[in-house]
Amino acid sequence: MFRQRFSGLALIRRGLTGHRDWQPHWRKAAPLASYDAVIVGGGGHGLGAAYYLAREHGLTRVAVVEKGWIGGGNTGRNTTIIRSNYLFPQSAALYDHAVKMWGELSQVLNYNVMFSPRGVMMLAHTVHDVQVFKRHVHANRCAGVDNEWLEPEQAKAFCPPLNIGSDIRYPVLGAALQRRGGTARHDAVAWGYARAADALGVDIIENCEVTGIRRDSAGAVEALETSRGLIRTRKVGVSAAGNTSVVMAMAGVRLPLESYPLQALVSEPVKPVFPCVVMSNTIHAYISQSDKGELVIGAGTDAYTSYTQRGALHVNTHTLDAICELFPDFRRLRMLRNWGGIVDVTPDRSPIIAKTPVPGLYVNCGWGTGGFKATPGSAHLFAWTIARDEPHPINAPFNIERFRDGHLIDEAAAAAVAH
Amino acid sequence: MLLIPCPHCGPRPELEFSYGGEAHIARPRQPAELDDAAWANFLYTRRNTKGAHAERWRHARGCGRFFNVLRDTTSDKILTSYPVGAPRPDPRAADSAAPESAR
Ligand SMILES: Cc1cc2nc3c(=O)[nH]c(=O)nc-3n(C[C@H](O)[C@H](O)[C@H](O)COP(=O)(O)OP(=O)(O)OC[C@H]3O[C@@H](n4cnc5c(N)ncnc54)[C@H](O)[C@@H]3O)c2cc1C
Ligand SMILES: [Zn+2]
Repeated sequence: MFRQRFSGLALIRRGLTGHRDWQPHWRKAAPLASYDAVIVGGGGHGLGAAYYLAREHGLTRVAVVEKGWIGGGNTGRNTTIIRSNYLFPQSAALYDHAVKMWGELSQVLNYNVMFSPRGVMMLAHTVHDVQVFKRHVHANRCAGVDNEWLEPEQAKAFCPPLNIGSDIRYPVLGAALQRRGGTARHDAVAWGYARAADALGVDIIENCEVTGIRRDSAGAVEALETSRGLIRTRKVGVSAAGNTSVVMAMAGVRLPLESYPLQALVSEPVKPVFPCVVMSNTIHAYISQSDKGELVIGAGTDAYTSYTQRGALHVNTHTLDAICELFPDFRRLRMLRNWGGIVDVTPDRSPIIAKTPVPGLYVNCGWGTGGFKATPGSAHLFAWTIARDEPHPINAPFNIERFRDGHLIDEAAAAAVAH
Repeated sequence: MLLIPCPHCGPRPELEFSYGGEAHIARPRQPAELDDAAWANFLYTRRNTKGAHAERWRHARGCGRFFNVLRDTTSDKILTSYPVGAPRPDPRAADSAAPESAR
């Protein structure tokens, strides 16, 4: 149970007494000698998995170990676009599982994650885009996922700042709109899951880097070596995003992953000017407006693998070129901050949520440039997989063996660009 | 932006190059003899090294040639570049300050 429940009444009551008696949202736990399960990585996916292990599977001796601070990885660095209009039925089922959970997440966690289904509009700039997007619209309708085609005038009506003139380098030829898509507050997702997991007895252990994975004579996981000592456990769930290859190598497991820098930037805050989310995969621009007023802009990945959490300036410049062309009103806005995260990319651009060849070792990775949207669903399915030692039907196709068996879920080819 | 030393043309800005991924992955000589796991390994499994990473670059908007680079992926510092076919240099010899390759 939460020590303090958040509500409008609680806010008013504490407002009248100077906001003095708010409590920390989670305990600062030190590692115990052993746990029933340990999650490596305190991003949204890892914290969420610990929460569902405790809430849905009755495992309460659970820890999340995070080498830095929770939410300091890609969870706190992303542009928070949420949608589920992916091409293949396996993907639509996976991402829509999450979109359905987003709608209730604030109530479930008693924490305002500020989910805002304001609509995500993806722009088509070429004949190829138009054909691909219409194919997506039809495939999504067959899969029960909303997605609709808009002509340029309809796109402009939905997003008035959009330039639909024919005199620009990549004119807008139409758009695919998912009305149930939108954004959420990234930090609140990490904090909300941490608080809710902590309330169920989960230890959230920050500044604790995993440096080794010990296995017994049968090869099964028996302990984690960490910067804060040895932690014994028979179940380890790795949810380490860009560092997954490094952690899995500690158990001798190699994966089809490469880590790339991905960047984002925000403008100075302005009054509400932008009603929805607009994405252009073809010319690499992703934009929405935060409740603080900043325009939140996503750029592309760098060409090469890296762990530096920064990227090259020309990548951002390229994105701003596209933004200025599509939204001429923003040309004179100043950019306040830019940063990078390290995203783990699979060859088919679909994630892996699966058992591994090592007994007791599970992995949730490969979310690449687009895993924030999946956070609640992925966490829920990963917890299921860890607790039952078998995948849920929704994540069963997202195994490691698909690369050997040729059952790729090739959203990379479907989108023909990063997504 | 990286300043990449092409062994044939000298240092040039990254925009002149295209990236070719992990180096020293030899195409199997007898593809028909490989089982599915070995094929998947050749096609998809990567070291994704955190540390000194041997990688291919092509001077696409210059001399057009492929070559290899040893780069520290924790700092993006380029340790050395060398022609295709040459063995992977020892990162410590290339730069004594470079960290050990994380295999
Ligand atoms: C700039 C940018 C924009 C993005 N935009 C979007 C978007 O609009 N929509 C979308 O859906 N997705 C987006 N993404 C992708 C999204 O951010 C990620 O897929 C998602 O947040 C991954 O969550 P996670 O919890 O798996 O990873 P993370 O939040 O990165 O958590 C992993 C954690 O593991 C920890 N860790 C690593 N190694 C160790 C170790 N050895 N020991 C202990 N802890 C360790 C890390 O410190 C980190 O905190 C974007 C990403 C970036 C970088
Ligand atoms: Zn050259």
